[in-house]
Formats: sequence, C-alpha cells, structure tokens
Amino acid sequence: MSDKLTGAGIIVEELIRAGADKIFGYPGGSVLDIYDELYLAKDRITHYITAHEQGAAHAADGYARATGKTGVVIATSGPGATNLVTGISTAYLDSVPLVAITGNVATDFIGRDSFQEVNIVGITMPVTKHNYIVNDVRDLQRTIREAFRIASGGRPGPVLIDVPKDVQRSSVEYDGAVSFDLPGADNAVLDLKEAIKLIKNAKRPCIYAGGGVIISEASEELSKFAKVIDAPITASLMGLTAEPYYHDGFLGMAGMHGKYAASKAVAECDLLIAIGTRFSDRATGNKQKFLGEGRKVLQFDIDRAEINKNIRADAYVIGDVKKILSELIKSGGLDGINNKKWLDYVKSLKAIPENNIEHSDKSLPPKFVIESAKSVFGADAVVATDVGQHQMWTAQYYGFEKPRSFMTSGGLGTMGYGMGAAIGAAIGSGKRALLFTSDGSFHMNLNELATAVSHNIPLTIILFDNNALGMVRQWQKMFYARRYSQTTLNRKTDYVKLAEAFGAKGFCASNKEELLAALNKAKKLQTPCLIRCIIDSDENVFPMIPPNGTIDDIILK
Amino acid sequence: MIKKYTIILLVANKHGVLTRISGLFAKRAYNIDNLSVGKTNVEGTSRMTVIVECDDELIDQIREQLKKLVDIIEVETVMEKPAVMRELMLVKVKHNGDGADSAHVIEAINVFRGKVVDMAPESVIVEITGQEDKLNAFLQYMKGFGILEVSRTGVTAMLRGAKGV
Ligand SMILES: Cc1ncc(C[n+]2csc(CCOP(=O)(O)OP(=O)(O)O)c2C)c(N)n1
Repeated sequence: MSDKLTGAGIIVEELIRAGADKIFGYPGGSVLDIYDELYLAKDRITHYITAHEQGAAHAADGYARATGKTGVVIATSGPGATNLVTGISTAYLDSVPLVAITGNVATDFIGRDSFQEVNIVGITMPVTKHNYIVNDVRDLQRTIREAFRIASGGRPGPVLIDVPKDVQRSSVEYDGAVSFDLPGADNAVLDLKEAIKLIKNAKRPCIYAGGGVIISEASEELSKFAKVIDAPITASLMGLTAEPYYHDGFLGMAGMHGKYAASKAVAECDLLIAIGTRFSDRATGNKQKFLGEGRKVLQFDIDRAEINKNIRADAYVIGDVKKILSELIKSGGLDGINNKKWLDYVKSLKAIPENNIEHSDKSLPPKFVIESAKSVFGADAVVATDVGQHQMWTAQYYGFEKPRSFMTSGGLGTMGYGMGAAIGAAIGSGKRALLFTSDGSFHMNLNELATAVSHNIPLTIILFDNNALGMVRQWQKMFYARRYSQTTLNRKTDYVKLAEAFGAKGFCASNKEELLAALNKAKKLQTPCLIRCIIDSDENVFPMIPPNGTIDDIILK
Repeated sequence: MIKKYTIILLVANKHGVLTRISGLFAKRAYNIDNLSVGKTNVEGTSRMTVIVECDDELIDQIREQLKKLVDIIEVETVMEKPAVMRELMLVKVKHNGDGADSAHVIEAINVFRGKVVDMAPESVIVEITGQEDKLNAFLQYMKGFGILEVSRTGVTAMLRGAKGV
C-alpha cells in the first residue's frame, strides 16, 4: 500500500525498516522536521540526545562496534554537521558501519553562504565510503537503502546523507515494502590453491589477525584454522578480541606496544598469514625489515585495495574472511600439517620474563587497576578507552574474552572517543560499560557524562589521573630529552565533585585497597560513576618498539 | 620503475563524481599528469582518461582504490594494451600577414596535419589532433614563429577491438 509521506517521514520509516531502533543525535533548525517525525514515532524508535554531536557520532560508532549493526546519527546543518566530522573519520579508519544524516538549508539557499550552511558532502568526502546530497524527495527512499547497504556491505564504513530542509518537507508517494535492485554481495568462487601451497610449505606459520576477523565474526573459524596448521595467533589492536586471551596459542597484540612473544613470533615466522588487517605502521614498525629475509606474506581480506598497500603480499585471497577460513578448513588441503615444534617454541615465549613485564612498584600500578577491574566486572562488560597510555594498558592487561567487547579508536587515535563510544556500546549491548580514560582525554568530551546520567547508562569510568598527557610525555622522555612541553596538565579539576555535579557517583583511589573498595561499590551501581585513580606521572607503556623499529630495538623497561 | 600509465574510467554522471575522483588522488597523494572527461553515448555515464606516472605497485593501488568509489562503473589501466590515444589542441600562432614567414607557418601546419580554423591579420588558430608527442613536437616547432596561446583537451583514450571499458 502506498501513502503520501514527507521526506522526514520517509527518513524515519526507512530507519525503522533498516532495524535502527536506537539512534543518536542532536536537533536543530534544519532537522526540525525529522525530529518532529521522531516524536510521532517514539514508540518505535528511540533517540538518544547527547551533549555534543561528536559524542553522538562516537555513540553511534560504539553501538555499531558492540552490536555489529549499523549505527545511526543525526545532526543539523552547519556546526551540527561539522561536529560530526571527527566521529565519522574515526569510524572510517576503523571500518565501522555508520549512517550519518544531516539536515541542510533548503535547496534554494544552498551555495549562498546561508545561515548554518556548510558543504558537508564536500567536507566528508575523504572520510566516508560514500556520501549523498538528496535534492529530490523522490530519490530519498532509494538513497537511504543504498546508504545502509554501502555502510554495512563489504568492508564497512560511514556513509553520510545530507537532506536539505525543503526535501524533508515535501511529500511523495511512499511504499515501505518496495524493494530496490542494489549492488549485491559478491559470490565469487574463492581460489585457495596458492594459499594452500604457501601454508603447506611453511614451517613456521604465524597468524596476524585484524579487525576484519571481528567484523566478519570469524573467531571460531580463526581458532580452528590455527589449530589445523599449528600456527600461533597474534593480533593488531583492532583484532585483539578475535581470540579469547586465555587460548593457549594466542600470543596477544603484536607491534609497537604489543606483547614480546607476539612480536617475536611475527619476526621469526616464515609465513605471516594476515587476516583482515591493513598493516598499520603502528603494527609493522619498519616496513622493509618487517618483511624480513625469505619471509612470505599471505593475506586474506575483503578489500582488494589492502593488498600490497603497505606490505607486499606473496599471495592473497579476496573475500569475507569467515568464508575464506571455513573453506580452507573444509578443503582438506591443510590436513596432515605438523608444525608442533614451532608452535611449542612460540608458546614457550609466553612464560619468559620479556613477555611478563613486572608491575611498577608505585602505590597504584596501572596494570593492577586494569586487572582488578577485569576481575570485578568479568567478561560481560563492554570496554571502551580513550587514547594514550591507558589505551595501551587496557589492550595489554584487560584480557578480552569476547569479540565486540572492546571499543577503541585504533586508526584515527581519537582522544575523546571513549565517552560517546561507551554510552553507545552500553545502549547497543544492554551490558555494563567500562571506560578507561585519563585526564587529558577525559577533559575533551566529559560533557557526555551528562548524557550517561540522563539515560541511566550503567557506566563505570576508570580515570587514570597521571597529571599528564602520558603518552606524549613518554615520547618526550624517550626521544626529546625530557623536555615536557605542554604535557604536564596541573588541572585543578575535582573529579569526584565533578561526577557528583553531573548527577553521577564519584570515588577516588590512590592505593590498591581504595581501588578495590571503589570497584566493588561501582559494581553495585546501575548508574554512572567515576573512579579517579591517582597514578604516577612516570608510568610507561612497555614494551615499546620505537617508530620504524624492529623487535631488535624493543624497549622493555 | 616509473612509467606512464593511462587509466580509462567509465563513471556515473552524478553530482560530485569528478570531485570524488580528484579527491581520491589528492588524499592518497597520487599525482595526476592529465585528466580529461566527457559524456559517452550511454545516458548518464561519462568517460574519463587519467594519466599518471608511477610504478607497477602504485598503479595497482590506484586502480583498486578507484574501484571502491561507488560512482565508478568500470576501471581499465592501459599500458601495453592496444589503445587509441588522442588529444586535441588549439594553438594561436603569430604570423606577419603575407611574407615568407606565413608560408612557413602554413607549410608546417600541413606537415603536422593541422587545420587552420581562424585567420586574423597577425595570427592564426590551428586545430590539431594526435598523440601527445606529436602535439609536443608541433608546439616545439611553432615556438620559432611565436606562440600566443595554447589550449589542450588532455588525452582521451579507448581500447582497440570490440571489448570496451
Ligand atoms: C584529539 C587528539 N588530540 C591529540 C592527540 C595526540 N595524543 C595522543 S596520546 C595523547 C595524550 C593522551 O593523554 P591522556 O588522555 O591523559 O592519556 P594518557 O596517555 O595519560 O593515558 C595525545 C595528546 C590525539 N590522539 N587525539
């Protein structure tokens, strides 16, 4: 049956149809019509208002990472739209499916520097998979369908739809049941011959898993595949939750701040099997040496453009990595492989001192904070971070057990990501969110504490107060002769009072006992709270392979 | 090894498609040597010819990154593949009315199979098509007479044979 609907009405109907029943955003003049429709549809779609559009974009991103569904964010024209840009870029670099809808001034006003007019399509072109301005209401339904398909299909990413105000207001026949002929899934037959040959010839295969494994939900296949070929599994930051930390053959994160055993296995293998990863420079270090002598690289990815982009591959298979792995296992071509000796050797590295860096001897070591939080909250929380030392400590020590339980800005490294992401992840997953942050990042988007309180989000913020931009300070310490330019913060913020002023609970811990007490109190709360953890300014993230370095340059203390 | 590559693109003639393509080149720091664009016989599509100087690995990257743009329908990179490549150029050349000089100009234009499309007392406009190097040679020769203005379309290309892009 077809009815007449306005553009704004079509947007809301199509969002509901796409399964976006929880969305994020911030109203304004150019999206009044959309918000009016949201009001009318409020029993079918829940809109969460944040404190800032950046927070809304990160929340939609956190929602998407936690659920695998496409996140949706709405903002008004001009400043509303530009406030989304960091959030969209963050999602772009971590391949997160996101649909951003912006209002714009009416088509007649476009190009005249009208009030709150900005060319958001031009601005976001380099940081979206695709974007649209819809100038005719008749194109709107198809555009929204396409946008969801593009955002979630293949290698996911953000898509922006800019809708001028008059297009939102004009009406057209609408039939929600109509289906469109959209570019479909790729069903190409996989050619696994080269891959099987390389794997069979390898004596020391090592798997390097990226975010693609999580996106394609291939964790089970990954474990099986590793067992079949006796390969250890290492991961990038984005791939960290692909394997439960306690699996025997899992060596953890490789790269700049990765585990010694993982980086060592990557350095010593004769075949690196890279799965759904783009070989970030943070993971590879020196690219020439990363390739090593005689080492081969086999790459599985859904995005052909990732082949040979950063590291040259000797062979590759293009497709959904879940499908590639399960077909490889099923093919029988890998049966009879025995690399047990190698696997035992790399597993033995897990026990050596280099792989088990000691706690600092300060009264509240960061490692202790993170491990205690894990033991209090268990594997059922979703964990978000901001960017800096605390992010790396979380990656190193939390011990992830489930895919989609870790929200962190890997590619863009966005300080201020965590608050929004934690809120969105909690809303999407229905679980408690833990946010590990630090004084620098927290001050960027702490406004979203208001959002968490208004929406009663079970959020526990663990704030490392090191009185510094710790990660930058660490670089200054190591590479700039301790010239701490602008990284000592000296904030006078009273975090406990601040939390209380927002309507949350606040705790403070400067030693282990206080921390454990605070964590146990936090656990009983179903509403937001913050635990300020006072740590030493000179805690470091180790190991560290300096930029452009190799495992031989690794700094352990 | 750095070589000259020609990329032929069939694109959907949509809002901003040229910006998307040039934006991709800009953001990935690929240099464009030449770019030309025009409509095709198929409604709603345009053909673009882009020439880049780069090595084998980079051209592979450029092709694959281009393929990801939603509005690109087809991408073909031409290297040794048989293709016809042409460029059109208009050149305004000085001449001194009658005299021996003018005769020389006209003769050169004929040798290069150019066409005089406008004639003024002290200048002529020549239209000339061909491969890039032929046009360059013509310009080189005309320098002796005095070039007033040059306008080139950029190279446009098409694969030989029935298969197209
Ligand atoms: C938006 C943004 N600005 C600047 C940076 C550069 N940067 C990277 S880490 C860092 C320090 C982070 O400090 P803090 O949040 O206190 O975390 P810590 O390292 O102390 O754990 C900075 C400034 C960034 N990543 N993001």
